[in-house]
Amino acid sequence: MPELIAQLVDVRKEYMMGLVLVEALRGLSLDFHRGEYITIMGQSGCGKSTLLNLLGCLDRPTTGQYLLGGEDVSTLEDDELSQIRGMRIGFVFQSYNLIQQLNVLENIEVPLYYQGRPEEESREIAGRLAERVGLGDRMHHRPYELSGGQQQRVAVARALANDPLIILADEPTGNLDSTSGSDILNVFDELHGQGKTLIMVTHSDEVSERAQRVIRLRDGKVERDERRCKTA
Amino acid sequence: MSAAAKPLNTRGPFRVASVQRWVRTVQLGMKSLWLRKLRSLLTVLGIVFGVCSVIAMLAIGEGLSYEAQEQIRRLGSNNIILRSVKPPEERRTSSEQSYVVEYGLSYKDVDRIRATIPSVEILVPSRNIRKDVWSATRRIDCDIVGTVPWYQEMRNHRVERGRFFTDEELERSENVCVLGNGLPEALFPIDEAIGGKVRVDGDYYRVVGVMEPKSRQAVSSQANANVNGLNNPAGPAPGTGAGVGAPYEMYIPLTAAKNRFGETLVERTSGSFSAERVELHEATVKVKNIEDVVETWHIISDLMKSNHKKIDYEIIVPLDLLRQAERTKRIFTIVLGAIAAISLLVGGIGIMNIMLATVTERTREIGIRRALGAKRKDIIMQFLVECVLLSATGGIIGVALGLAIPQVISFFAELKTIVTFWSPFVAFSISALVGVVFGIYPAMRAANMDPVEALRHE
Repeated sequence: MPELIAQLVDVRKEYMMGLVLVEALRGLSLDFHRGEYITIMGQSGCGKSTLLNLLGCLDRPTTGQYLLGGEDVSTLEDDELSQIRGMRIGFVFQSYNLIQQLNVLENIEVPLYYQGRPEEESREIAGRLAERVGLGDRMHHRPYELSGGQQQRVAVARALANDPLIILADEPTGNLDSTSGSDILNVFDELHGQGKTLIMVTHSDEVSERAQRVIRLRDGKVERDERRCKTA
Repeated sequence: MSAAAKPLNTRGPFRVASVQRWVRTVQLGMKSLWLRKLRSLLTVLGIVFGVCSVIAMLAIGEGLSYEAQEQIRRLGSNNIILRSVKPPEERRTSSEQSYVVEYGLSYKDVDRIRATIPSVEILVPSRNIRKDVWSATRRIDCDIVGTVPWYQEMRNHRVERGRFFTDEELERSENVCVLGNGLPEALFPIDEAIGGKVRVDGDYYRVVGVMEPKSRQAVSSQANANVNGLNNPAGPAPGTGAGVGAPYEMYIPLTAAKNRFGETLVERTSGSFSAERVELHEATVKVKNIEDVVETWHIISDLMKSNHKKIDYEIIVPLDLLRQAERTKRIFTIVLGAIAAISLLVGGIGIMNIMLATVTERTREIGIRRALGAKRKDIIMQFLVECVLLSATGGIIGVALGLAIPQVISFFAELKTIVTFWSPFVAFSISALVGVVFGIYPAMRAANMDPVEALRHE
C-alpha cells in the first residue's frame, strides 16, 4: 500500500440552512493514498460537495479530524488553511472558474503568486504547464477566447501549478461535450499515470469507470467504497 | 503516517522581495481598473473635482487676500492716515449757489497732533488738487500733490532722477515741481524734463526731479511696509472736488499749493457753482513703534473729535485693516477647508459605493482566489490597492486641473491667483487617504466572504 496522504476520521459536518440544521456528513472515515484515482458518486444532497470542500480545506468539519500530509488541518486558522490550499490542493471546477481579466498564463500563475514565487520562475512553470495541456499556442488568450474544453485544460494546468498533494475535481466534465470531456479525462488518466492523486466528484458512471476506486455516498455516509484493479 | 509528507510550513516555502509583490499587486489593480475604464473614470470624478476645487479656490482666495494686504501694506502699517471727507449733509446744501463748503483737516489739526502726541515720529500733510498741466501745447490731466520734502522718506517713494524739493523751497513757496513716473514722457517727449517748465493755470513750475515708479516689490516685506504707500491706493482722493485720482501725479511744495491755488476750490456743475474750502486733504502720521499704533490712533481720534463739530475726516489705520484682512483670510481658509472636506467625503463615498458594487460583482473571483491560496490579507490588499489607485489617480488629475484653473483665471479674468506650495500636496495626500479610509470597508467585506459561498456565487 502506498503512503497515506489524507485521512478523514469520523468527520461530521452540520450547518444551518435558514432555521434548519442540516447534517451533511454524518461520521465519515476515509483514507486516501498517494497515487490513487478516486471518484466520489452519489445523488445530489448526499454530501459530495461538502466532502469535497472539506478535503479542499475550504471548510472545516464540525467534529472529527482531517489529516492532510500528516497534519491535522481541521482546527487550523483561516490564513493557515489558505496556505495549505495554495500548497497542497489543486482545484478543478465544473465551471472552470478562470479569472476573466487574466490570460491563460496569468491564470495558471495565480496559485504561484499567492505562494510568493518569483515572477520569472512562475512564468516559466506556467509556460511549461500550458504546453503540457496542449495550449502552448494560446498562452496569451483570455478565457472568453477559448472553448470550454480549452478553458478546463487551463484550469487543470492551474491545479498542477503548485505540484499539489491532491487534485480535487468537481464534475470537471459536467459542462463539456463528450469529446472535450474525454480530452480532460485523458489528461487525468495521464496525471494518474504519473502518480498524481486525483479525487473527482461525478454523476456519470462512464466517468467513474476510469477510476481505480469509487466511493458512493448516501445521506452523508459512505454507502460503498469499492477498489478495483484497473483493467485494460 | 508517512515521513515523506512535506513538512507543513504555513509561511510558505517561497518568500519574494515584498517590493516585487507590491508591484504585481499594483499591476493587477491597474489591470482590473482598466477593464472597467468608464466606471473607474466616473468613480474618480468626485475626487477630481474635490481636489481641483480645493486647490483652485485656495489659489483664488490667496490671490485676493494678497492683493488686499498688499494695498494695505502700501499704506504703511506704522502709519495712521487722516483724510478730509466732505460731510454728507453738506453735499446736499452745496447745490445752493455761491455757498462755500468748509470742511476737512486744518493746519491747526496737524500742529495739535505734532505738539501733543509724543509717539508721532513724522507727519506728512498734503493737498491734492486735480488740474491740467501744460508743457508748450501738451496738456495732461494730473493730480497735483502739495506736500513736504520729507514725503519721500515717509512713503518710501523716492526721486529717480534729479532731486526732491528742499526745505528752503518749501519755506519760500517756490514754483518747483517733481514729476511722477510717466509724466516726463508725456509732457516732454523729446526734451529733457529736468530743468524744463510746466504750466498750471497761470503759473510756471520748474521741474527739478522725476519720481521712481510706485514700487510693488518694496511693499512685500513688513520692514519696508511702514515707510511705504502712496496717496490714494485704497480709494479715490476724498473731497478734492476732482474725484478719482488722475493717472499722473506732480509734486509741489505744500506752501506753493496753498498760495497758488488757494484753499477754496470752485467746481462747476451743471448750471451752478459749488465751492469748497479745504486746508489739507490728507495727513499721514508715522508712529515710532508699531506697538503704539493703536493707542496713537485712539488719541488722534479723540483729539479730532473734540475739535471738529462734524465728522469731516476719516482715520485710516492700515495696521488695523491688515489685521482685519488677516482675520478674514483665516475664516475664508477655514470655510474652504470645510468645503474641501465635504467634497472629498462625497468623493470618498462615491468610491466606496462603487467598490462595494465591484466586490459583489467579483464575488466569484474572490472565491477562486481564496481557493487557490489567497489569504484574507491578500484580498484586502487587492481591493485596497484598487481604491487607492482610483483615488490617487483622481488626486493627480485633480491637482493638474487645480494648478491649471488658476492660470486660466489669471489669464482671462486678470485676477491674481497664488497657488501655495503645500496645497497640491495636502489635497493629494488627503485624496489618497480617502481611498484607504473608504476602501477598507469594501475590502474587508471581500476578505470576509466564505470561500465556499463565494465560489457558488453566480
